[in-house]
Amino acid sequence: MKISFALNGRPRTVDVEPATLVAELLRENLNLTGTHVGCDTSQCGACVVLFNGEAVKSCTLLAPMLDGGTLTTIEGLSGPGGSNALHPMQQAFHENHGLQCGFCTPGMVMTAVALTAKNPAPTEAEVRHSLEGNICRCTGYQNIVASVLAGAAAMNAPAIGE
Amino acid sequence: MRSFAFHRPSTLYEMSALLGGVADSMPLAGGMTLLPTIKQRLAAPAALIDLSKIPQMAGISFKDDVLTIGAMTRHVDVAESELVRGKIPLLASLAAGIGDPAVRNRGTIGGSVANNDPSADYPAAVLALDAIVVTDRREIAADAFFRGLFETALEPGEIIIALRFPVPSAGGYAKFKSPASRYAVVGVCAAKKAGKVRVAVTGAGPGVFRVGAMEAALEGSFTPGAVAAIKVSSENLSSDIHADAEYRAHLVTVMAKKAIAAALQTL
Repeated sequence: MKISFALNGRPRTVDVEPATLVAELLRENLNLTGTHVGCDTSQCGACVVLFNGEAVKSCTLLAPMLDGGTLTTIEGLSGPGGSNALHPMQQAFHENHGLQCGFCTPGMVMTAVALTAKNPAPTEAEVRHSLEGNICRCTGYQNIVASVLAGAAAMNAPAIGE
Repeated sequence: MRSFAFHRPSTLYEMSALLGGVADSMPLAGGMTLLPTIKQRLAAPAALIDLSKIPQMAGISFKDDVLTIGAMTRHVDVAESELVRGKIPLLASLAAGIGDPAVRNRGTIGGSVANNDPSADYPAAVLALDAIVVTDRREIAADAFFRGLFETALEPGEIIIALRFPVPSAGGYAKFKSPASRYAVVGVCAAKKAGKVRVAVTGAGPGVFRVGAMEAALEGSFTPGAVAAIKVSSENLSSDIHADAEYRAHLVTVMAKKAIAAALQTL
């Protein structure tokens, strides 16, 4: 079946088997391998993407559901003004050592971006609750929480010159 | 995944025709249970009927002291609804405690109630609040709806359209959750309306059930202390790696006290 949706800001129409998961579509058909598949059972959160601006687990979302919607993956994040620099949340993970092996990081960053869109100045407790569906086996979460708090602050900081 | 066809009806009529006419079809709500079930090959539908574009199944409204929540309303929408928070706060806090944010962004109240997982949160609230399950065919009282492990009064092809919750004078929900899945190891919902109290327990046994002894005690005194000495029998309760039946029986009393304390806080 044909589905049309906005992928990382650009309109896309793809022909998919209905029994295709969004994670599969991204990785196998569209070569967007930044979205990781960890558990494949909607528990670990490595596959989190933004569907209509909200965090969802792409391993448990059917591709046909995308029709008419918008999808943002880790590849769709960009620096200030659409530049090639890191997105403020990615930069915050870099600066705060918010990752070790990096496997969970795309999901962590997308969840953090969705949280900040909804709650621009989250408390530490709110950050920890928002990460309930994202599992990291390396860091102990301490630096991830610090990264999200710093990233949220950076996303809300006025751009230089404003 | 094994292949299947996909249909997206936009009216109830079209939905019923598809569910009745397409062999081995299954309705798809948020997919938070169905899709993992298909991936594990525990279900192999020939077609999925997506319910997300049917207007009658969306939205939250309030009329004549009854809060009506469309079956396709997602947990995040119940959790964040000012109407729900104002009228039946226990429903909003219950919804906010399901799974994780990404699951709440997809999972629906109708899907949860229809699935009747023995550890799901919503069945406890539906039963304690004496809600009406509105389907495309009839209205079913909560007491007649839940029939044990994943079993409900729904007939083949019958679909929940909405849940109607009478607003209680007081109500609360408390659960002891699995730290991994956040399903209720034991969850208790207690609600009071017009002098009558209903206490419903999820997670503890093969299906949601009421505790008559607690209800009677709470009708005398709606306080945590009234149920402190009431313990349910562990005989028909579940045992697994998370908790044995004896511990679950103990948790029913503990969570009942917490649910009533939560109810008193909203007064």
